[in-house]
Amino acid sequence: MNRINNTEHERLTFWEKLYLPEIAKGMGITFRQLFKPKFTRQYPEERWEPTGSYRGRPVLVLDEDGERCVACGLCSRVCPALAIEVQAGETEREKERYPVKFEINMLRCIFCGFCEEVCPEEAIVMSKDYELVFTSQEDAILGKDKLLVPIHKLQDRLEFLREYK
Amino acid sequence: MPILYIDGREYEARKGQTIIEVAFENGINIPHFCWHPELSVAGNCRMCLVEVGLVKRLADGSIQFDDNKKPIVNYFPKLQIACATEAVDGMFVRTNSPRVVKAQESVMEFLLINHPLDCPICDEAGQCKLQEYAFKHSTGFSRFDEQKVHKPKRVIWGPNIIFDAERCISCSRCIRFAKEIAKQDVLTFVQRGDHVTIQLHEGTQFDSPYSMNVIDICPVGALTSRDFRFKSRVWDMSFNDSICEGCARGCNIKIGVRNNEILRVEPRTNPYVNRFWMCDYGRLHYQYVNNNRVIHPYSRVENKLEKISLTDAIELAFQRLRAFHPSEIMFIGSAKTTNENNYLLVKLATEVFNTQNIDLFEHYDEKFGDDFLRCSDKTPNLRGARLVGVYPSETSISVNKLPEAIKSGKIKALYIIEDDFTEFPEIYELLDELDLIITHQYNFNLLTENADIIFPVTTFAEMEGTFVNIDNRVQHFAPALVTKNNLRYMGMKMSRLDKFGAHNDRWTKFELRDIHPSWYVFKLLANRFGSNWNYRKAEEVFMDISMNIEGFNGMTYKLLDEYYGIILGRAQNPEPKVPIYESHYMKP
Ligand code: SF4
Ligand code: SF4
Ligand code: SF4
Ligand code: SF4
Ligand code: FES
Repeated sequence: MNRINNTEHERLTFWEKLYLPEIAKGMGITFRQLFKPKFTRQYPEERWEPTGSYRGRPVLVLDEDGERCVACGLCSRVCPALAIEVQAGETEREKERYPVKFEINMLRCIFCGFCEEVCPEEAIVMSKDYELVFTSQEDAILGKDKLLVPIHKLQDRLEFLREYK
Repeated sequence: MPILYIDGREYEARKGQTIIEVAFENGINIPHFCWHPELSVAGNCRMCLVEVGLVKRLADGSIQFDDNKKPIVNYFPKLQIACATEAVDGMFVRTNSPRVVKAQESVMEFLLINHPLDCPICDEAGQCKLQEYAFKHSTGFSRFDEQKVHKPKRVIWGPNIIFDAERCISCSRCIRFAKEIAKQDVLTFVQRGDHVTIQLHEGTQFDSPYSMNVIDICPVGALTSRDFRFKSRVWDMSFNDSICEGCARGCNIKIGVRNNEILRVEPRTNPYVNRFWMCDYGRLHYQYVNNNRVIHPYSRVENKLEKISLTDAIELAFQRLRAFHPSEIMFIGSAKTTNENNYLLVKLATEVFNTQNIDLFEHYDEKFGDDFLRCSDKTPNLRGARLVGVYPSETSISVNKLPEAIKSGKIKALYIIEDDFTEFPEIYELLDELDLIITHQYNFNLLTENADIIFPVTTFAEMEGTFVNIDNRVQHFAPALVTKNNLRYMGMKMSRLDKFGAHNDRWTKFELRDIHPSWYVFKLLANRFGSNWNYRKAEEVFMDISMNIEGFNGMTYKLLDEYYGIILGRAQNPEPKVPIYESHYMKP
């Protein structure tokens, strides 16, 4: 059995036992904040721009010559939440595979970034997009139309990855 | 019998065996690419290098010992390939000494120099021998900074195969298979050194009925199936064991399934039936399971099929069958379905209706058979169906007399399961003269257009049961696809994605068919007629068969699985178990 020792230093002192001075002290801290500068953001008029290290919703990179993804399915395999579905198809391009269908279920995604880490083509990266509002479960499943993002919008993240991955 | 020592342990070899064979039979895996137990030895990949030595002998042949009373072994200065070195008496072999490991790493490095980094787009990834060995026997990085050699990709070899020359590691397994097993010697190496590649002889193509086996034995993804290409990654599929129902050989297969759809079929090693192979027809003959399925019971109302519930369908069948004299009903079993289904059909006909009008259609195609695996009997279970009682008596109606009997009005009702008259078109013209046609079907076809009551039933891929093949071997198989009714049993046998899908995931929107095996329908029907059959699963029907039908005595599903199927009447002394060679397979 655990014995709880009520030792000398654990007991409340006389002043603490009175409580009132302690409350006054606490109110003092609150009062002081009134004169400090405000840092509340007036969202959505005022928006926050995350840095490259931020892990927002995963997106597909759209390179100058088309999508980079080759539908290898590794992201789908590694995803701990089973959020990604990839269906491969054949193309005439040099890399024979491409995703006929690529869907991420944003209700499942936990923003772990594993998909980005495993991708052999640097084709899926975490974006800065943190505004994820859906009105139905169906809407939360993003297809290729919503996932493909031109590469120039993703430069921060790509640079971050090159440096730290 | 030569005695040799592998890694310090003593093994006995048969005369003429190579080191790799002895090692394999004793559970030691020597890495290899080009060796395959069914093919001749090529010895060109050099992956199986081992250190080989012989004991030192005096002039009179006696063994020399050192101070510790151990025999002195003279190891050869160079490593030897285990696949082509014959095991001899007093041989010492080291399979994992530092020299061997270094050699394996070097071979891997050489192989990987020109191997493209194609894994993300290669169908073999996940079951690739090269990938596996790169992980186990390679240093893990490349020192090669130069340009890789480029070779043709997407070369079409035949109706079913595409070749990617860059991925090929020149093991020559495909060349040897084509020559020795498929007996179609059309492949050959051309060029030399790192430019070596494989070409078809001019004006030929590789279109043997067994061509697709090279896809399985190719240790890398150089050969891909035109049918399967990119349909799915192997780790997203489930592979469950089954039996091919393309012909009477009954090749053992694995069925690759994702989203409750058969995506491909692969051979499974059975030393007594198909060894490592199967034919292309068997591989590509699965579409009927995926498409055009009957998934509701139907009844014909005013010449139109209407969906009804199973209970109503049974009730309707009961009411309508009751109106006939038993001798006016003809029961047609099927050589395409299991012993269990046929057995209960016979039981229904003889016990409930008391008629012997039972028979089945045989489907022969002389052009299909050959002297290797394919048989001209294109049904998987003709022998079994006959054995469990699907044959007419001398006085009753057989299928040959059927057209006659329909015309003369002797037969007024037809109960036909899992078969149709595709090969007997003259019967279609007589169907109008029948008062009642009840059928169990997988697909909509010409017969369902004429039937009065249709029960949807499971195909071989969705049920459990046994077939008897051309050599009288009884083989057991279990479902590979889920239906509404075997969902609990299939639970962990489904693929990863199918197992964990929720209702809002799009990737689990498969057709969950509410269908039963035929024996279950017979059970319901018999019970409606007042019998009290209480079979709950196919296994209980099989227990009945093994009790009552000679030849099956003593067999159980477990025993059948354990001995890769058992020949009729040999449940007590089945053929011996042997080590099964698997070149490379999916390891989840
Ligand atoms: S971030 Fe994580 S949870 Fe989200 S899709 Fe990628 S791997 Fe899956
Ligand atoms: S890991 Fe990359 S290349 Fe592979 S499917 Fe995912 S996004 Fe595409
Ligand atoms: S195609 Fe495959 S089986 Fe044929 S030689 Fe190349 S690696 Fe070997
Ligand atoms: S030989 Fe017969 S049983 Fe074997 S795969 Fe071909 S069709 Fe199927
Ligand atoms: S397996 Fe022996 S050389 Fe290839």
